[in-house]
Amino acid sequence: MTPLANAENAGNVVSAGNDATGTETRVANPWDHLRTIGSRDQWRDAGPEDNVAGVQPAMLFEPVNEIELATALRYADSAGLSVIPRGSGSKLGWGNPPSRADLVLSTTRLNRVIEHASADLTVSVEAGCTIGTLQDTLAQHGQRIAIDPLWPEHATVGGLLSTNDSGTLRIRYGGLRDLIIGATIALPDGTLASSGGKVVKNVAGYDLPKLVTGALGTLGVITRAVFRLHPLPHKVRSFTFLPRDAADANRLVLAIQDSKLAHTGLQVRFNSGAQPEVDVRFEGTDAGLAAQTEMLRKLAPPSTETQSNEDVWHARQHLFGAKPWSGASLPPSQATARQDAKPTASTPGDAPAAQDSQPAAIAKFSALPASIANTCQQLRDLAEPLDVHWSAVVQGTGLGWIRLGPAKANAIQQVLQKLRTQLEPAGGSLVVQYRSPEIPEIEVWGNPGDALALMLSVKQQFDARKTMNPGRFVGGI
Amino acid sequence: MDPRILQQLRAITGDRGLITSPEQLKTYECDGLTNFRVLPDAVLLPSSTEQVQAIVRVCHDAGIPFVARGSGTGLSGGALPVKDGVVISTARMNRILEVDLPNTRMVVEPGVINLEVTERVAASGFFYAPDPSSQSVCSIGGNVAENAGGAHCLKYGFTTTHVLGLEVVLPNGSVAHLGGKSLDAPGYDLAGVFVGSEGTLGIATKVILRIVKRPECIHTLLAAFGSTMEAGAAVSDIIGAGMLPAAIEMMDNLAIQAAEAAVHANYPNCGGLLLVELDGPTAEVEALMQQVDAICRKCGATEIRVAQTDAERALVWKGRKAAFAAVGRISPNYIVQDGVIPRTALPRLMSEIERLGVEAGIRVANVFHAGDGNLHPLVLYDRRIEGQEHAAEVLANRILELCIEAGGSITGEHGVGEEKKMMMSKMFAEPDLETMQRVRCAFDPKQLANPTKVFPRPRLCGEQPGEYHPHPLELAGVAERF
Repeated sequence: MTPLANAENAGNVVSAGNDATGTETRVANPWDHLRTIGSRDQWRDAGPEDNVAGVQPAMLFEPVNEIELATALRYADSAGLSVIPRGSGSKLGWGNPPSRADLVLSTTRLNRVIEHASADLTVSVEAGCTIGTLQDTLAQHGQRIAIDPLWPEHATVGGLLSTNDSGTLRIRYGGLRDLIIGATIALPDGTLASSGGKVVKNVAGYDLPKLVTGALGTLGVITRAVFRLHPLPHKVRSFTFLPRDAADANRLVLAIQDSKLAHTGLQVRFNSGAQPEVDVRFEGTDAGLAAQTEMLRKLAPPSTETQSNEDVWHARQHLFGAKPWSGASLPPSQATARQDAKPTASTPGDAPAAQDSQPAAIAKFSALPASIANTCQQLRDLAEPLDVHWSAVVQGTGLGWIRLGPAKANAIQQVLQKLRTQLEPAGGSLVVQYRSPEIPEIEVWGNPGDALALMLSVKQQFDARKTMNPGRFVGGI
Repeated sequence: MDPRILQQLRAITGDRGLITSPEQLKTYECDGLTNFRVLPDAVLLPSSTEQVQAIVRVCHDAGIPFVARGSGTGLSGGALPVKDGVVISTARMNRILEVDLPNTRMVVEPGVINLEVTERVAASGFFYAPDPSSQSVCSIGGNVAENAGGAHCLKYGFTTTHVLGLEVVLPNGSVAHLGGKSLDAPGYDLAGVFVGSEGTLGIATKVILRIVKRPECIHTLLAAFGSTMEAGAAVSDIIGAGMLPAAIEMMDNLAIQAAEAAVHANYPNCGGLLLVELDGPTAEVEALMQQVDAICRKCGATEIRVAQTDAERALVWKGRKAAFAAVGRISPNYIVQDGVIPRTALPRLMSEIERLGVEAGIRVANVFHAGDGNLHPLVLYDRRIEGQEHAAEVLANRILELCIEAGGSITGEHGVGEEKKMMMSKMFAEPDLETMQRVRCAFDPKQLANPTKVFPRPRLCGEQPGEYHPHPLELAGVAERF
């Protein structure tokens, strides 16, 4: 759709907009109206690189402050234009393809660390700041946000929150929902609303920071967030064990969870038919680490210990390949990376030269910790008869990521669908995070259950015109 | 109340589940905040989700407001009945439905008492982390409504951290399942929104809890300082050293005296008492405890004791947890406040509270969760002395304003309820409150679930967001709109 066509359609929807002085102006072309916000260098036509899960948007705007962002939202909303919020775009492909995509609202220039209150262990940060930059700033005072998301050098605070991406530290420090303590959001009608605050303990008003975490930008645009922080660990040690099979791996995971160990990482790596591997991480003082190491080694048999390194904690990222992608093609998996692999920095320059031409898909699943082996057995039973190569990284929390492929496109789709139908009745879920274009379409989110009606009314209250990321979220939201 | 409606309600719960006699209704006219009292038209005691659902449907159809109530220990008037409304008590929904140790989950009904959750799994080495001081009597349903905290949330988080899923009866009488036993259910995190919504979004009828493995070792250190100032400096240094204790609590001299009078906790008589609890692997705790000891001595601690046995620990905590009630020993009346400040503002706020107290001629005892900046000033007064009650209320409100000015919050764990709803406008701008109310409209368009609480003014749910209100940033000249 060209910008002009959008504008004409939009002109039918809205006959008038309000300008800053409150006087009514008849708008022939809403894009002209929109482009009165900010300066020219903040606007450009969207190109193929701005493609959103196969849908081509018209324009891109980079606001330099929250008011510009909120104003652009309000103008777009009243003109009936849809808005795709975007950070770095590293996870822009997550979610269903949008039903419409007009304006990409980029938070790239909203990238300040507003306040690092180190003595209070909190940080207030704008949505476009990358996790890497943020962690570097915090590290200067020996602190961190206890998260290890995908592609931290690219991922922005806003994108991370919207996609609710979580990594290996979650088992000890909780997910983003447990670390965010305040948020400011811009709603489609231009309202800028803050909730939560900058103190860790606070029960005044509704917890909107949790509402927008994982909402995939369908309620508004997160413009800033406040997080609670943790001190950087004194020392870190990682261990890797080789259980005989998946059941053994699951037993070890549960034994560790049931012990007095204070692990900060616990995951199982599976790779088709190969022997699974269990990784464990401790953080703390020398004395504490020594004692925990001893305790762990007593728990481990019959699993045998093998050499470990810090790179095992990037296994989830290796599933996706080193390079962030935005809906085009997926780099080859590095899931097979073992201790002999060199650590992979996730910069675009490091992306593998050859693109994987074979169909592949990546999905996140959620199961109970005691069902890890069972889930992977189900996966194997589905994948092997169809000749689908699979690998998986499953955290001790029961959250796992699987990569299917190379294989026939139809076979991959079948495995995803069947695994979902086995997970959902047990209260689990499966969310597709990547699907190469050859694979037939599959609903990304699965069944949202009996809360869907409520979700739809929340959406209606925040975004009645379906301006924000239309069609991308659960149940067509 | 319309007899036909009463008849419908009686048909749901039977005579045993319906209270209408005025003398029995009086039990329900207030919660832990006793200076607000409203007599409900009826109290219902359902024993199942289906009964709650049927009651709420009757209320919905007849437009009768309802207030859910657990044990009634809340301190902000959250369970205060609403005029011409009914109270729905969850007291008879008190079964533990499921204990799943391998997955560290429990499923309970809302009337289950907080401490019962821990008691059920203690033998297997688990505990339920949120531990409000009222944990021996308060209910899980009430904890969910208020997002209850407690001393150990510094390390372990709040109720919301430990509630993974909910079955709720929505204000229109339908049932919805929010979250679940597994993490990250697709869709909006409505369980996260529901926890702490103070009964305004519906009634929780089942709660999926996360339980936690008891750490290998727990040490509690008691350090006596000349003043809360010195104790506060020690807190900053402990946090600054990169430690995350399970709890850091502080009491001033008045609070210590009260606790001693009430439970003989054998606290040292000093100006500022610090209680630091570390837990985790034994070797780790022992190494860090040495550091805490050194920091306390450096900051001027005159006496340090470490409680190592469970009995010693229990006594130390008994004094702290009894502190609110204990204040009754030294003052006929008192107001419990619940402000939060960034930890670094503690010394400034302490001296300001002291100054205001002297000025008003009112004593203030201080008990706080020092690690996370959650203050519980206890404003002491004597109702019989004319003007003192009013002066105490003014002082208590002034303290909350100071918390807001310091960048904090008007409530850390007690909730807004009836008591502090007018303070919400001081903490939040109008667009902030308006946005929160959109959530309320999504859950409860008829505004029947605990209406009149939390927000200073209701929002009509039919209202389309219309007229533009300038954002405070604009008014402050920080940013401009086009």
